[in-house]
Amino acid sequence: MNRLAYYIPLVLLGILAVYFAAGLGRDPASLKSVLINQKVPEFSLPPIEGSNKGFSNADLKSEVVLVNIFGSWCVSCRIEHPFLMDLKEKNIVPVYGIDWREPDRQAGPRWLKKFGDPYTLIGDDPKSRGAIAFGVTGAPETFFVDKKGVIRYKHLGPITEQNWSRTLKPILEALRKE
Amino acid sequence: MEPHFKADPGGAQKGMRTLLIILALLALPPAAHAVDPGEVLKDPALEKRARAISKGLRCVVCQNQSIDDSDAQLARDLRILVRDRIVAGDSDQAVVDYVVSRYGDFVLLKPPVKAATLVLWFGPVVIALIGVMGLVLFFRRQKKYAAELNKEIGK
Repeated sequence: MNRLAYYIPLVLLGILAVYFAAGLGRDPASLKSVLINQKVPEFSLPPIEGSNKGFSNADLKSEVVLVNIFGSWCVSCRIEHPFLMDLKEKNIVPVYGIDWREPDRQAGPRWLKKFGDPYTLIGDDPKSRGAIAFGVTGAPETFFVDKKGVIRYKHLGPITEQNWSRTLKPILEALRKE
Repeated sequence: MEPHFKADPGGAQKGMRTLLIILALLALPPAAHAVDPGEVLKDPALEKRARAISKGLRCVVCQNQSIDDSDAQLARDLRILVRDRIVAGDSDQAVVDYVVSRYGDFVLLKPPVKAATLVLWFGPVVIALIGVMGLVLFFRRQKKYAAELNKEIGK
């Protein structure tokens, strides 16, 4: 019998070890969204208090925009917020907001009044209907929606100077050229 | 002099009783599930369907619990969504498809059999078969050796 055959288990073990070692480094939350390249699912959210226009999928059709899921309770959203203000003030890209699961109807408006409102439109989402439409698992999450109302990219966690210039800005430019 | 330990004839019995109470408490069913009484549908048939669907859907925040078991807020909202859709007249499959179309197969605690999951479903069976084949080969060879040895000895 060929002596090399005795090494087969060792080789198999090696392959498995590499496979599992690679898996260890993966974030189980960063699943690829099934919604990429799908039309924005139907949703229709009422306005937040103090506003008279809500936000629905019908609003996403003519230009490349960001849809940002946020909440006044979300610490990372607070970190991300100044950058979103920057996007608005410099007119870089319109940002639409889904105000997710506020503890009460005043919390969102109060937060926006205090730190500024970077959003073109905001939908109030106390029952997660908007968040579920986008397959959201946490906040903040941000989606690129193209001119045809198709979801093209999902970004997990806060947008920062760094991931904007490295990842998101090139995507924006590519989508605008389409 | 006072003895350090006073005889306490009832002590052992008390201990026994405490133990029995603890055991009885342990035997109680754990807080059955996370569903709020307020969430429960009035129609028991619809509620039963909702429970069955919820048991198969993963809580995307906690990952290894079903939304039926989870106290996470998003799980709660998903449970209510499942019930709303059932009340609206969706079939069980339509409700599941609705959630899967947004969260992917990952949201199903029991992944469907399809090309991408073949290894997951049948990998263990294949590996077991390889093991059995190895064993069969091993014993056959043993037998052959034994036969040859017997022959030599017989000579």
